[in-house]
Amino acid sequence: MGLLFSFFTVIALIVIVFIGVNGANLHYLFGVLIPYATFLAFIIGIVYKVVQWGRIPVPFRIPTTAGQEESFPWVKQNKIDNPSTSLGVIIRMAFEVLLFRSLFRNTKAELREGPKLSYGSTKWLWLGGLAFHWTFLIILIRHFRLFLEPVPVPIKILESLDGFFQVGAPVLYLTDLIFLGAVTFLFLRRVIIPQMRYISLAADYFPLFLIFAIGFTGVLMRYFLKTDVVGIKQMTLGLITFKPVFPEGIGIIFYIHLFLVSALFVYFPMSKLMHMAGVFLSPTRNLANNNRAAMHVNPWNYPVKVHTYEEYEDDFREKMKSVGIPVEKE
Amino acid sequence: MANPKPEELARIEYNPPKTGWMDTPTVFKPGIFPYGCKPKSLETVSFPNPRSWSVKDEDWKLPENWQEIFIEGLRERVNKYRSFRLFLDICVRCGACADKCHFYIGGGDPKNMPVLRAELLRSVYRKYCTTSGKIMGKIAGARELTIDVLKEIWYYAYQCTECRRCSLFCPYGIDTAEITILARELLNLLGLNIDWIAGPVANCWLTGNHLGLQPHTIIDSFDMFINDLETATGIRVSPTFNRKGAEILLVVPSGDLFADPGTYTTMGELLLFHELGLDYTWSTFASEGGDFGFFTSNEMAKRLHNKIYEEAKRLKVKWIMGGECGHMWRVWHQYHNTWFGPVDFLEEPVSPITGTKFENTKSNKTVHICEFTADLIKHGKLNLDPSRNDNLIVTYHDSCNTSRGMGFFEEPRYIINSVCKNFYEMPPNTIREQTFCCGSGSGLNASENMENRLRGGLPRANAVKHVKEKYGVNMLACICAIDRAALVTAVDYWVPGVGVTGVHELVANALVMKGEKKRTKDLRGEPLPGMEGE
Repeated sequence: MGLLFSFFTVIALIVIVFIGVNGANLHYLFGVLIPYATFLAFIIGIVYKVVQWGRIPVPFRIPTTAGQEESFPWVKQNKIDNPSTSLGVIIRMAFEVLLFRSLFRNTKAELREGPKLSYGSTKWLWLGGLAFHWTFLIILIRHFRLFLEPVPVPIKILESLDGFFQVGAPVLYLTDLIFLGAVTFLFLRRVIIPQMRYISLAADYFPLFLIFAIGFTGVLMRYFLKTDVVGIKQMTLGLITFKPVFPEGIGIIFYIHLFLVSALFVYFPMSKLMHMAGVFLSPTRNLANNNRAAMHVNPWNYPVKVHTYEEYEDDFREKMKSVGIPVEKE
Repeated sequence: MANPKPEELARIEYNPPKTGWMDTPTVFKPGIFPYGCKPKSLETVSFPNPRSWSVKDEDWKLPENWQEIFIEGLRERVNKYRSFRLFLDICVRCGACADKCHFYIGGGDPKNMPVLRAELLRSVYRKYCTTSGKIMGKIAGARELTIDVLKEIWYYAYQCTECRRCSLFCPYGIDTAEITILARELLNLLGLNIDWIAGPVANCWLTGNHLGLQPHTIIDSFDMFINDLETATGIRVSPTFNRKGAEILLVVPSGDLFADPGTYTTMGELLLFHELGLDYTWSTFASEGGDFGFFTSNEMAKRLHNKIYEEAKRLKVKWIMGGECGHMWRVWHQYHNTWFGPVDFLEEPVSPITGTKFENTKSNKTVHICEFTADLIKHGKLNLDPSRNDNLIVTYHDSCNTSRGMGFFEEPRYIINSVCKNFYEMPPNTIREQTFCCGSGSGLNASENMENRLRGGLPRANAVKHVKEKYGVNMLACICAIDRAALVTAVDYWVPGVGVTGVHELVANALVMKGEKKRTKDLRGEPLPGMEGE
C-alpha cells in the first residue's frame, strides 16, 4: 500500500505541474512563488526541528562503546570507537558522518543445518548508501554553477573530474549514473528482501520515488531533451537575486524538476530525512565515554524517595545483632 | 511445560507473514512471555495500579484513563530524553539492525527485528506527537493506541534484553534499549511490570538485594563459603560486614551470594582479598550491585541505587569496588555518577597494594574488581599457578552491558590469560562489542518464558559450540551474574558439556596462598588437574 501510494503521489505531483504550467500558464506560481515558499519552509523546518531536539536535555551520558575504553596505561584504548576526549568524539563523528562507519560493520546472519549460525560481512548497504549520499552531495554542489556567475573554479574542477571520461555530448557525469543506480538499488532491496518489504512504510518509498524522479528529470533535461541551459541559468540567477525572469524556450521538464525539488524541500523537515541533522545529535555517538572520570549533569535530576539505612536497621536490628553485625542503635 | 528439542527449536522461519505488521495481530505464545507482576510487589514501592492480574486474561484491569496516562507519559518523556525523541524521529528503516538481535536470530518473529520492535511504539508516537501522524494516520505510519496495541507493546518490551547490539550497527546509533527502557517505564505507569522484575525490585527495596536475603541469611551463606574454602585451602578467611572505617566497600550482585556457580566467584573474591590482607568490608544493606529498578523506570533505578552511596557514606570508606556483573556496571558506569554526583565524601581510588591510581574513575570512585585484579597481576603481586586450571579449556563471553556500555574488554582477558593456559576466543563477530546477549538479561531470567530465553541464547551458545568442537572448550568464563545464572541453562540446552564460571573463580583456583595446605580440590570441590587420585 505504501509503495503504490508513494508512487502515485509522485506521479500526481508531476501531473499537477504539467497542468499548472502547460495548461493554466502558472509560470510565476511554479517558477517563483512555490520555490521561494518551499525553500523557506525547508530552512525554517530544519531549524525548528534541530532547535526542538536541541532543547531536549540529554539526561544521561550513554555512548555505545565499540572498542576498549580508556584504562591503564598498558591497555590500548580504541580512541575512535570508544573516545574519552572531545577530539576522539569529533573523529568518531567524522567517520560516522562521512564514511558511515557503523554501517561498515554490517554483517548478515545465516542459519544452516546443525544448527550453525554464521555472520558474514556484508557491505552492499554501506556501499549503496555511501554512493547515494556522496553523489547526491556532488550533484548538489555542481548545481551551484547555476546560481553563481562567474562559476567558481572549485566547481569547474569538480565538474571536470565528474566528467573525466569525456563520454557523450554534453559530457556524461559519472555521479548522475551512480546516483540513479544507487537510488534504484536502495529501492530494489526494499522490494526484494522480504524483511525489508515488511518494515517499509510509505515514508520509505516516497522519498525514494521523489528523489529518483528529481534525478531522472535532471538527466532527461541534460542528456536527452537538451534544455536551454543559458535560459535556465538566467532564470536561476533571477531567482536568487530576487529579480525573477522567464526566458523563452524553457521546457516543462524544467518546471517538473523544480517542482519536485520544491516538494522535497517541504517534505524534508517533517520526515525521516532529518536523519541528516539528527545524526549529529545522537547521544550514543556524540558523547565521550568518560562517565566515571567526569560527572555528567542531568538538568532534571530530582531527589527520590529512598529506603534509608535507619529504616533497614529498624527492620532487621535483632537479626543483625544475633549474627554480630554492628548496628547504629543498640 | 517441556521445552521443544533443540533440533525443533532451531527450525526457524525468517519469512514474515503476508499481511502487513499493523494488520497482523500479536498472538501471545506460552513460553515466550513472562508472568505479570503481583500486587504486593507494586505496593511495596508505591507503584500505581497494584491488583491481581494475568497476562493470559482478556482484561488486564487497567485504570479507566489508561490511554491518557500512557500518552501523557509519552509526551512527557519525549521532552525529557533527547535520545528517545531523536530515535523515534530519525529511523530510516534501513534494516541494518534486523538480524543483529539474538531474539530475532533465534526466533524469527519479525516484530523482534529491533527496527520493528521500535516501530510498535514509534507508530503511537507519530499518532499523538507529530503533525503528519495526526493528519495522515496510517499512511504516515501512525496508529491509534488501542488495548491490542498496548498489549503488543508489552509483549515485545519484555522480549528485548536492552543489550544494545542493534545500536552498534545503526548508522545513527539508534539504541533500542532506550526505547525499551522508556516503553517499560510507560507500562509501569499502568501497573504492567512482570513478576520477575517487580519481585526483585520489592525485595531490593526492603532487604537491599534482589533475592530478599536478610542480614542473618547473608551471614549464613558466608559461613558456608568460609567452611568450604577452609576445606579446599586450609585457610580460614574472616570477612567483615558493615564495618565502619574500612578502606573499601565491596558490592557484588546478590546472585553471587546465593546460587552456583556465582557463589564460587564470591568465594574466589574472599580468597583473593584475604591473601592481600585488603582492608575492605561487605555490607548487608548495600548487598546488591545490580539494579532491577533499571528495568522498571529511571526513578526506581535511582531509588534502589541510593543504598550504595548511602552505605559508603555511613561506613566512611574511601572508595567502592564493584563485583562481576553486567547491567550493574552499565548503571554504575553510565548512570549513578549523574544521579548522585559529585561524590565528594569518597576519595579518588588508589590500589593499596600497587599504588595505582584509577584515573578513569576519579570522579565517581568506583572500581571494577577486574580492573583491580588486572592491576595486581600486572604488578606481579599475585603468586599464580595457572596449571591448576589446566583441566579447563576456557572461552570468554563479553557481557552486553560492560561491552557496549563501557568498553571493558582487555582487563578480564588479561586476568584469564594469567590464570589459565588454555584460552580460545569465540568467532570475532560474536565477541567484544559484537557480543551476543545470554538471552535472559534485563529481568527476563524467569522460567515461564524459557522457550524465548533459549531462542535468545542460541547465538551465544552456538558460538560456544563452535569453539567446543574446534578446541574442546569446556568452560565459559564471564563477568556477569545473570550470565552465570542464564548461560548455564542455555549452554546446557544447546551445547551440553560446557560449564560456566566467573573470572575470580579461575583466579582463586590459580592463586598460591601463603600458608595454604596442599591444594587438591578446586573451589567446586572437584579434583585439581593431576590430583584426581588424592
